[in-house]
Amino acid sequence: MSEKKVISGAEGVAIAVKLCKPKVLPMYPITPSTLVPEKLSEFVFNGEIDSKMIHVESEHSAISALYGAYATGVRSFTATASQGLALMHEILPIVSGSRFPAVMFVANRALSGPLSIWNDHSDSMSERDQGWIQLHCESNQEAFDTIIMAYRIAESKKVLLPVMVCADGFYLTHAYEPIQIEDQEKVDAFLPDYTPEHYLDTTNPKTFGAFAQPNSYMEFKEEEEKAMREAIREIIKVSKEFDKSFGRKYGNGLVEGINLEEAEYAVLGVGSVCGTIREVIKELNEQGKKIGLIKLKSIRPLPVEDLKILCKDLKILGVIDKHASIGFGGALTNDIRSALMGEKVKVEGFVAGLGGRDINKEKIKELINTIMKNKEGYWLK
Amino acid sequence: MKQVLFLGRGGQGAVTSAQILAIATFKDGKYSQAFPNFGVERMGAPVRSYCRIDEKEITLREQVYEANYAIILDPTLVKQLTEKVTELIIVNSNKKPEELGIVTDAKVKCVDITSIALKVIGKPFVNIAAIGAFSALTGEVSINAIDEAIKQQMGHKGTLVEKNILAIKEVYENAKRE
Repeated sequence: MSEKKVISGAEGVAIAVKLCKPKVLPMYPITPSTLVPEKLSEFVFNGEIDSKMIHVESEHSAISALYGAYATGVRSFTATASQGLALMHEILPIVSGSRFPAVMFVANRALSGPLSIWNDHSDSMSERDQGWIQLHCESNQEAFDTIIMAYRIAESKKVLLPVMVCADGFYLTHAYEPIQIEDQEKVDAFLPDYTPEHYLDTTNPKTFGAFAQPNSYMEFKEEEEKAMREAIREIIKVSKEFDKSFGRKYGNGLVEGINLEEAEYAVLGVGSVCGTIREVIKELNEQGKKIGLIKLKSIRPLPVEDLKILCKDLKILGVIDKHASIGFGGALTNDIRSALMGEKVKVEGFVAGLGGRDINKEKIKELINTIMKNKEGYWLK
Repeated sequence: MKQVLFLGRGGQGAVTSAQILAIATFKDGKYSQAFPNFGVERMGAPVRSYCRIDEKEITLREQVYEANYAIILDPTLVKQLTEKVTELIIVNSNKKPEELGIVTDAKVKCVDITSIALKVIGKPFVNIAAIGAFSALTGEVSINAIDEAIKQQMGHKGTLVEKNILAIKEVYENAKRE
């Protein structure tokens, strides 16, 4: 039944997954994603969901079993974080390369070492290049909604790429706030049953995980690149349809510009930090300072054309990078700078929030002061 | 926006306190957000959790650096309260506020929640009963909403739910007399 209630972000994700009716749930719990498999196992036990939960022995097995489930032609799901995602690394490009439209939830957490259970984006950013669509969330409602949209996007015949739905560990997973829980009928109407394009079928045998010679490997990768570009259009389309069905949207599904009219300076953020940036720019706008926010939801595909349009009147854009590409600044900053190459806007990168360091209002104000003085970005500690 | 800080020891349930308060204030028709101070749970170590309450949607995600209200579940933790509190500090203690040596501009109230919990619940479970004192002394949340919130969050825990509801009422009345 549709209702709005205060629950944890992780429970919201688990309920959204339940509404999408996955058949196989290979799970290996890891903080701060653990509440998701915990809730899902409750749903399985109570008979609220017709799924097979597999208690695997590692994340490597979780993603391998997810691959196996999709090879049999059923919708499935897993969740992980940090070292768990790193352990899945080997299989991630095999899922995308096999064009299985899997959905995985990542509760963003720092990578060891030193050991940290707290939030940053080093886990998912390190997997940017594995052919997975990567969508980030600012709030728990957005995480709930993005899970449902993710299956539609992944399963689109034009896309057929897996989606990683990312939400900040603890900041969102463990936060209790109101979430609108949608009706099963409404979700069913938005997300039809999964009809696989390719799967193991004895009446129509196919080879999976085949060997590609140098004369064909590049074509497979080129097809993925084309699908990823197609995903830009598909994400916008799904986001519009989601808004029509449920009355909520997050920019155009890829990126959102806030207060950019008349702004010469803006901050670009990913995930939950955007909520705090909103508060800061509200305060500064009241003081007459024209500061905007660019909330980047899709890391892959990177919405280059949208970014160019959003930044066209800006002098300087300060990027908050919750991941350091050690040896060359922040990976996100490098991406954004490269996307905006040739545009008049200058991009300054600020590595911040590593290992759970709180990015509070004061730090965001410090960043804004720095870019307004035309000074270089740095590690915002 | 009102910010509430719960300070307790690992195992006392301070994280649950903030969650129940957030659920209850939402049931009262307000917006709310609760989150732990991202610590690893260690039995006996100081644990902080927060709840934000507002008339409009809450987008702020930073930790709480200055609270309107603080609720200290274990009186031996008063010296650990380093955040500025602007309105009221509630301490679970059988002492008088001036005996605790808290340096603050906020009001300090003591409510002996442990004694009531031992009497009503039979165990020193103070985390939920403490919200009764918060309701009585601040008016930020209604008793009915707290009862509903407990049922949502702890519905599967049977008699403990009923006992907590009784403890909340007694703590509420006790705090009202303060």
